[in-house]
Amino acid sequence: MPKTEVRSTDYANAPINENLSTEERVKLLREMMRIRRFEQVALKFYNAGKMGGFLHLYIGQESIAVGTVSLMGDNDHVITAYRDHGHALAVGMGMNECMAELYGKATGCSKGKGGSMHYFAPDKNYWGGHGIVAGQTPLGLGLAYGIKYKGLKGAALCFLGDGAVNQGVVYESLNMASLFDLPVIYVIENNKYSMGTSLERSSVVDKCLAQRAEAFKVDWALANGEDVYEVRAVTQQALERAYEKSRPTVIEFQTYRYYGHSVADAKHKGGYRKEEEIERYKKQHDPIVIFKNRLLAEKAITEEQFEAIEAEIKAEADESARFAEESPYPTVESIYDDVYFEVDRQTEAGRTGRFFFNN
Amino acid sequence: MALIEYRDALNQAFAEEIERDPNVVLIGEEVAQYDGAYKVTRGLWKKYGDKRVMDTPISEAAFIGMGVGASMLGLRPVIELMFWSFATVAYDQIINNAGQIRYMSGGLINCPIVIRGPANGGTNVGATHSHTPENWLGAIPGLKVVSAATPYDAKGLMKAAIRDNDPVMFMENTLLYGNRGEVPEEEYIIPLGVADLKREGSDVSLIAHGRAVLTALKAAEILASEHNIQADVLDLRSIRPLDEEAILKTVRKTHRAVLVDENKPFCGVSAQISATIMEQAFDDLDAPVARVCSLDAPAIYSPAVEPLQLPTPERVIEKVLKLA
Repeated sequence: MPKTEVRSTDYANAPINENLSTEERVKLLREMMRIRRFEQVALKFYNAGKMGGFLHLYIGQESIAVGTVSLMGDNDHVITAYRDHGHALAVGMGMNECMAELYGKATGCSKGKGGSMHYFAPDKNYWGGHGIVAGQTPLGLGLAYGIKYKGLKGAALCFLGDGAVNQGVVYESLNMASLFDLPVIYVIENNKYSMGTSLERSSVVDKCLAQRAEAFKVDWALANGEDVYEVRAVTQQALERAYEKSRPTVIEFQTYRYYGHSVADAKHKGGYRKEEEIERYKKQHDPIVIFKNRLLAEKAITEEQFEAIEAEIKAEADESARFAEESPYPTVESIYDDVYFEVDRQTEAGRTGRFFFNN
Repeated sequence: MALIEYRDALNQAFAEEIERDPNVVLIGEEVAQYDGAYKVTRGLWKKYGDKRVMDTPISEAAFIGMGVGASMLGLRPVIELMFWSFATVAYDQIINNAGQIRYMSGGLINCPIVIRGPANGGTNVGATHSHTPENWLGAIPGLKVVSAATPYDAKGLMKAAIRDNDPVMFMENTLLYGNRGEVPEEEYIIPLGVADLKREGSDVSLIAHGRAVLTALKAAEILASEHNIQADVLDLRSIRPLDEEAILKTVRKTHRAVLVDENKPFCGVSAQISATIMEQAFDDLDAPVARVCSLDAPAIYSPAVEPLQLPTPERVIEKVLKLA
């Protein structure tokens, strides 16, 4: 694979970062720590048999969700794939509702009907949480189209993985985004493996995946996702392009997941990737360690404050597991709720004809 | 009442809903500047402009997904598939996104879109262009499926579909677009889930949807004039929601049912209707439920033969006479 550029710019001095207050900087760190701790607790109880299905952990990639979402305004929207816990917490969803969803409880964000891959919070401009690889990419296009149709200045941030870029609908969407001048930002979180298949084995790459945007005259950027300052600086440029020119952007962030594709992916360690590689990323490229050290150097935080935050977050995450454990399951009757809007609301349209066909 | 074509009845529904609700937008291939591949949207782009009537590239997955995404923000996209057969390349968007997003979000989201276009065989365009997917889509809880047989129903059902807050799959028919029928000047809406008794009889119930309704009506006329058999002809109009009461009512009246269905028989809409009658009206039947479906193979091209693959009045009559 051709070598990708590694830039040495210090993004701390980017305009979007240099004016951050100490509080705001610490909040960036704190949000990344919340995601990690939440998922560590989730993993513990997944392994204890408290959850069903898959659990795709975001650990190692936290700087991307936190950095991008930290720039969102009222008219900006977010949609992502199945590795969605990080984005959910970053937009402000509570740990309780997120953990309860993993437990399949009625108090979950989707009432126990969606599970790990399907978190939603429309009130926070967060539109999922989508299980089919790249299936969310035209929805992101639609969010951008909706923003533009309504005459609003905003953008749709649509996240996808490096595996998703080989789905055809991505290119249909990019073509339309460019053709119709839609303010969508496709954020490729390149963690180098689509399940057990490395980038080299799945994709033809010239400079990088984002470069494919050139075919559609869409601006693109390649950036190091481990630095939350860099994530913010690069994303801000795309947001400005969306706001001012209503033009799309593709950003590729290089990142790494510490765990498997899902927890069920036993071969990630010593199988399709070497244990040394995982250790190297943890030691040299961890977004939380990197940003913590930066804030220590900036004297924005002390070691004691860091530990205090860690303790708070641990309590919050533990509490979410307790909340989930004690919450009720949905009832069998509730299976029929939330299928049809008109039936749920018992509108006139919900009262004519039969909707469910049990015998 | 004005006598207008099926396509113009739909066109009126679009124009009225575009004027009524600023969030209604027509999206699809050739719907704007070309006036629609089957002229269903003719004149609308000229009248309402790019914003309300939007041409797209040949990218069904992306423009249907775009419509779903936009509907989450409150738009009401009405998306044309030049042929419903092309839904196969957009299945993920239709089934998983339009169909499941409300459920998987625990009811936080709804998806008020209409996907519409012709869904029929009988025009010698080969198997890839001749699918009748109302049974595929009717099998998905979360989707609604509508099929209109007449201009009157097409307009009334389309207006209901556009105002509906759930995703509605609207099945039209290229063989019906030129049919004329009476459509009132004043506004009307036909609710989804309400069947229509298109002909009254007492001896047998012919139950159908879409163009098969016209086949059943033709068969009913011949049965009356040549065999002295009077048939009820029930037009389902809506597949999901389904007007089961109307189905049971006609069966309880005539005690015999022949289901006429342009779907293939295996898991076709008529298979579900048959099960419904068996489960809920078994004791009212004087004969087994019979079906007349499209012959169970991919749609043949040959112009001489394809009409015989679809249900014909002759096959319906034959089936009815066997029951008598």
